[in-house]
Amino acid sequence: MKSGKFWAWVVFVVGAAYFFIPLMATVEFSLRMRRGVHSFDAYQIVLGDPRFQSTFLYSVVAAVFTIILGVLIVVPAAYWIRLRLPQLRPVVEFITLLPLVIPAIVIVFGYIRMYGSNSPLPFLGSNMGANALLVIGYATLALPYMYRAVDTGLRTIDVRTLTEAAQILGAGWGTIIGRVILPNVLIAVLSGAFLTFAIVIGEFTMASLLNRPAFGPYLQNIGANRAYEPAALAIIAFAITWGCMSLIQILSRFAPKSANRPN
Amino acid sequence: MAEPFLSIQHVRKSYGSNTVVQDFSLDVEPGEFVSFLGPSGCGKTTVLRMVAGFEEPSAGKIVVAGKDITRLKPNQRNVGMVFQAYALFPNLTVAQNIAFGLKVAGMSKADADKRVAEMLDMIKLPQMADRYPYQLSGGQQQRIALARAIAPKPKLLLLDEPLSALDAKVRVSLREEIRSIQKKLGITTIFVTHDQEEALSISDRIAVMYGGKAEQVATPFEIYNRPATKFVANFVGTLNVLEGKVTDAASGKVQVDTQEVSLKGKLNGSKSGDTLSLALRPEAISLGLQPGRDSSLSGEISEVHFLGSVIRVRVGIGGNTVSLDTFNSPATPPPAVGEKAEISFSSSDMLVLH
Repeated sequence: MKSGKFWAWVVFVVGAAYFFIPLMATVEFSLRMRRGVHSFDAYQIVLGDPRFQSTFLYSVVAAVFTIILGVLIVVPAAYWIRLRLPQLRPVVEFITLLPLVIPAIVIVFGYIRMYGSNSPLPFLGSNMGANALLVIGYATLALPYMYRAVDTGLRTIDVRTLTEAAQILGAGWGTIIGRVILPNVLIAVLSGAFLTFAIVIGEFTMASLLNRPAFGPYLQNIGANRAYEPAALAIIAFAITWGCMSLIQILSRFAPKSANRPN
Repeated sequence: MAEPFLSIQHVRKSYGSNTVVQDFSLDVEPGEFVSFLGPSGCGKTTVLRMVAGFEEPSAGKIVVAGKDITRLKPNQRNVGMVFQAYALFPNLTVAQNIAFGLKVAGMSKADADKRVAEMLDMIKLPQMADRYPYQLSGGQQQRIALARAIAPKPKLLLLDEPLSALDAKVRVSLREEIRSIQKKLGITTIFVTHDQEEALSISDRIAVMYGGKAEQVATPFEIYNRPATKFVANFVGTLNVLEGKVTDAASGKVQVDTQEVSLKGKLNGSKSGDTLSLALRPEAISLGLQPGRDSSLSGEISEVHFLGSVIRVRVGIGGNTVSLDTFNSPATPPPAVGEKAEISFSSSDMLVLH
């Protein structure tokens, strides 16, 4: 074996060990709740806990609304920037990166000051308002991922020519976005959607400071008070995230293939 | 004269201080096939895009069937267009692509299906209905794009270099197919191309464009044989340009190098002593003296290129070089470089470029 290949394997094995050993240790620990034997007791307790079910359901619903809001904002914006305002792309890319630079705690304190019950827009004055504010906040947090995913999808199609082809056939903007653009970037949108889902499911700061019954604060609460259940929850959350990533991979196989190939 | 179907009136298009189309006017008769021919950047595609509604003219107006459409949006114009890059919707099958415009127009599914079948028969691809664009060759994709453009029965068909992305063989067969479909449907068509052979072979009229202006609008025969400007003469076909000096304007004598040719009746406005550019198509010149040719010049063969069925010969006449083609004959050896040669032509074929 060549020495280059040997060292490549060494690096791979060390990397894999760094990743898998803590994971296996967590799995093993989560199975040790019953003294002396391995069991799924911790998983049964977690999955049977009504608070797990309600907080998880809350976060799933919040994720779905976040995805819808993100798609409604990002797809038309990214499309319009590609079509008519390409000179604005660097500015928009910078803006979409801001949520990675500005900590969530800063954003949420801003929200609390701006939208408190005494403000002209009292989102925090009601449960529905606070839920809406949480979804808006999550859409902001997911913006870097959603925008990049959609923009990458748009790059694979000839946006301008397809738009003009649809226009000349009589289509208005709604038809163009709904029947031509969106179906051709659907896989990219789904990638962004699953990334958004993964972010929302585990998010703690915003949900906690806005006092929402989400999965993130529940995870933290369990982690602070129990021994084996947090490990089981970590594995469950990890499985959900990996499930989302796998779905992106599977769905990407069904992407419409480019028609632009030479004769 | 009948009312023109499409009337482009004094149209101008500027981007800031850069004017890409200047005072362009053209009337197109119903059912006519007009080509915009010119080099890259001459403004031909910009005029087409203004007719389609993708660009708004800075001045002038565009009238279709008596209606001013200058400010209408592209989706309100009832115009069909075929793009260079095919522009088929990748997520839709061939049938769905063709039906797109019909559905947008609100046609019932049964009627749309019938029309799609008609279109697929017309382009001779009835078995392709369920295929996706990526499963088709370039030529097939462009035929589908043509069917999609025609399906909603547009008033006007615009073709934006539809053959440029195809290989030479497909290009020839598809251009003939486009022309035959256009004739069958009688649809008024504007065809943009930079390929003169394409334009000459399928157009009723050609607008040769240069620098944002129409240099000449005429039939292919006139464009080729009676170019109105030096640019048209040079751009369309191969042209031999000889520098000459008028020695006797009254009798039409012009000196080329040290030899004299007679161009009686062709020197309108020229005076003795004027310098002229004289142009001759290669096919108007014969090697050697030929009966029926009233003019000749002698020179020396400078290049010989054997091209199979024809032999391209270049003859130096003083400071000028003339290119001509002769048919290959197995019984006759090709001329040799350095040989003295006589070329003959009819003075009526000589063009005087101003």
